Amino acid sequence: MPAATSRFDPRRFDPRRFDPRRFDPRRFGLAAAAPVMAFVIAVLLSSVVLLIAGHPPLTAFTDMISYGTQAESVVNILNKSSGYYLSAVAVAIGFRMSLFNIGVDGQYRVAAMIAAVIGAAVTLPAPLHVLLIIVVAVVVGAAWAGIAGLLKVYRGVSEVISTIMLNYIGGSSLVPWMLTPAVFAVLNNNIVKTPDIPTSGWFPGITVPGGEIYGFIVISALVGVGYWFLLGRTRFGYDLRATGKSEPAAQASGVDVKRMVLWSMLLSGGVAGLVGLPLLLGATHSYGQDFPSGIGFVGIGIALLGRNNPIGMAFASLLWAFLDQSNGILDLDGIPKEIVTIMQGTIVVAVVVAYEVVRRIGVAGEQVRVAAALGGEASGGTPPDGTGPGGGTAPATAGGTAPATAGGTAPATAGGASGTGAA
Amino acid sequence: MATTAQRPVLPAPGAAGSGPRIALPAWGRVLALLGAVLFILAVTRSVSGAHDLTSSGAAGATLRLAVPIMLAGLSGLWSERAGVVNIGLEGMMVLGTWAGAYVAVDHSWWWGILAGIAGGALGGLLHALATVTFGVDHIVSGVALNLLGPGIARFLSALLFTGRPGGGVTQSPQVNQPGTFTVPGLAPALRSVEEKGWFLVSDLAGMLGGLVTDVSWVTVFAVALVPLTLFVLWRTPFGLRLRSCGENPHAAESLGVNVYRYKYAAVVISGGFAGLGGAFLSMVASNYYREGQTGGRGFIGLAAMIFGNWRPGGLLSGAALFGYTDALQLRQGETSVHALLLALALGLAAFAVWMVVRRRFVAAIAAALAGAGTLAVYLLSDSVPQQFTSATPYVMTLLVLALASQRLRMPKADGQVYRRGSAG
Repeated sequence: MPAATSRFDPRRFDPRRFDPRRFDPRRFGLAAAAPVMAFVIAVLLSSVVLLIAGHPPLTAFTDMISYGTQAESVVNILNKSSGYYLSAVAVAIGFRMSLFNIGVDGQYRVAAMIAAVIGAAVTLPAPLHVLLIIVVAVVVGAAWAGIAGLLKVYRGVSEVISTIMLNYIGGSSLVPWMLTPAVFAVLNNNIVKTPDIPTSGWFPGITVPGGEIYGFIVISALVGVGYWFLLGRTRFGYDLRATGKSEPAAQASGVDVKRMVLWSMLLSGGVAGLVGLPLLLGATHSYGQDFPSGIGFVGIGIALLGRNNPIGMAFASLLWAFLDQSNGILDLDGIPKEIVTIMQGTIVVAVVVAYEVVRRIGVAGEQVRVAAALGGEASGGTPPDGTGPGGGTAPATAGGTAPATAGGTAPATAGGASGTGAA
Repeated sequence: MATTAQRPVLPAPGAAGSGPRIALPAWGRVLALLGAVLFILAVTRSVSGAHDLTSSGAAGATLRLAVPIMLAGLSGLWSERAGVVNIGLEGMMVLGTWAGAYVAVDHSWWWGILAGIAGGALGGLLHALATVTFGVDHIVSGVALNLLGPGIARFLSALLFTGRPGGGVTQSPQVNQPGTFTVPGLAPALRSVEEKGWFLVSDLAGMLGGLVTDVSWVTVFAVALVPLTLFVLWRTPFGLRLRSCGENPHAAESLGVNVYRYKYAAVVISGGFAGLGGAFLSMVASNYYREGQTGGRGFIGLAAMIFGNWRPGGLLSGAALFGYTDALQLRQGETSVHALLLALALGLAAFAVWMVVRRRFVAAIAAALAGAGTLAVYLLSDSVPQQFTSATPYVMTLLVLALASQRLRMPKADGQVYRRGSAG
């Protein structure tokens, strides 16, 4: 505000002032408001549903909290969230680039399956064995996602459609086919699964009072740190985000967009390949018919909820895992535990709507500030269409919307004012 | 000043979608193509002995399996023609399966179908609210709906189906199924011809016989929706305006079209179609609701729509193709689908010849090589694993997208968030 009232002067321009990473309480407040709002809406809505169904919501929630905070539950929550988090990071890499990798689900299942088969087939000393399994999973995940990347780059096929198709080809055809005794699986006590990975290929866990936490959670956290560093602190990450914001602009500034699409798809798929590993290396040590599916879609929800932010996604995946774990108690109360699925779905719907509403409020607020700043300038003697306005202070949002309100669009748009200002 | 410059451009978006090529291809060409396909199947049947390729049973199963895919495709068509991508239609279908079954347990099937449509439309309304009013990204909203739909269905099942005979968290009691009919006179006549085993004639009789035997009334209604959609979207002012919202909403708005209202209408109708497809699954294709009953048919429907280049006729052929490969799995799956490889090889060979006639030699060589490869696979293997045949729709879609993406044209503003008054 203080800088905005004075006229723009390049000599006094201080780039640090406009660093988007600079902590801005207003921005932070708006960003935090949305998930909180979404969570409150979800709790309220499920309370209403529970009331209609004739169950006291308060009992349900307090029971969930007391059950979900027991030592054993906490271990389960942490274990579940390690996979969820990886899935969310995989989705978020795509999101930052405006790519929708809906195929995380297929990618991690194919990757975990092949990693399990190869892990069981080789004999290696412990650290190398684990490393090999991890590398195989990353490569397979990346390759499966790479198909969609290649199709997009060379044939212009939307990654939304191709990853959905690859989900089904991988998850419903390739994996079930590999999981037959004729191919890779063994039949053991009427259970079809891949051969067990020898102990040298297990990832050591962390024993705590409530049980054993998968050691792979450390890798998940490292992936989160890597995600933050790569996207926020490297040229590659900058290019990736720039391409996500505006492809033509990135291209004009020398970014090879096709290469970026392919690389971000490969990266996303590589991280997706890790999603099944906490479970595979920490507990099951083989891929069977009961290996969980659907974590890829959970990841989409978590990435949306956590706003692609490494910390935000960590909280979101813990929340998601908490809801998954704590619903176990509800059946004892005679409450259908499926209420939690509704809560999760509502959170996602509410959070995307809330972000959009918050964004509009932010844009409207910014417009008011920019308008005030420009108004001050105009009275100071600068013509409104001079080269000065907006120079350093107006971010893209203000630049894009200001002409719409000022320009000659009025006849066609009776609702024009409400479109940009009302939200 | 800007408006005068724009004026000549304005009529174009409306006209762009309603070009002369939109209507069904000439009947002669369709019939010729169908004839060629039947001929190839007949040859394959007599060579390989997989008699289910053209049996009335396979044709009947194709019809039953294709209808939900077709309805899902129509659902996607309505929505995307108005510029809203609807990958949430899988979730809407789930709502349709549940709502249809819930009502049809106690009431007549007629109410069940209506409830299914309403259930899907409700999902559509939610999608419209998120995407049109709140400007949420269409894919994000769709994914959220796909999470929400099964959640709601499961919760309500736990609440309303458990404790009832045959009901539980994952399934409903038996429902009242709609009636079926067999065309008198024609069906038995076709059946007797089919049993003669005459080349081509019996094949044709088998295929037609399957389409007139034990047909559900809902199937007739659903199939009639294809020409109805074609008529409404391409031959009425309402359809023209709706499609203009998908091609260029800014231009549509400047011509006085209430874009929000048309998008809402389109997405709610789209939800209704998805819901009908769902109700078909729980009430016609089976006689109770079961969790996971949709089995990704919403996505196959989308695939059929893309396969059909965002047009009703093409969508129908896509749905028929996917339904047919599905049906063959049920009819001596491994043999039939294996025989289908031979049919594919023959088809590719025919295509190669056609390309030579058209003097497109590169395409001809590619088709010939692909055909030879398929033939080799056919000769070297005995059966196709069942897991791979279920992947057919998805592989086909990827191939079509990869090979023909230049010839596909989706609505121009499809998937873009539109805000009222944002026209420059």
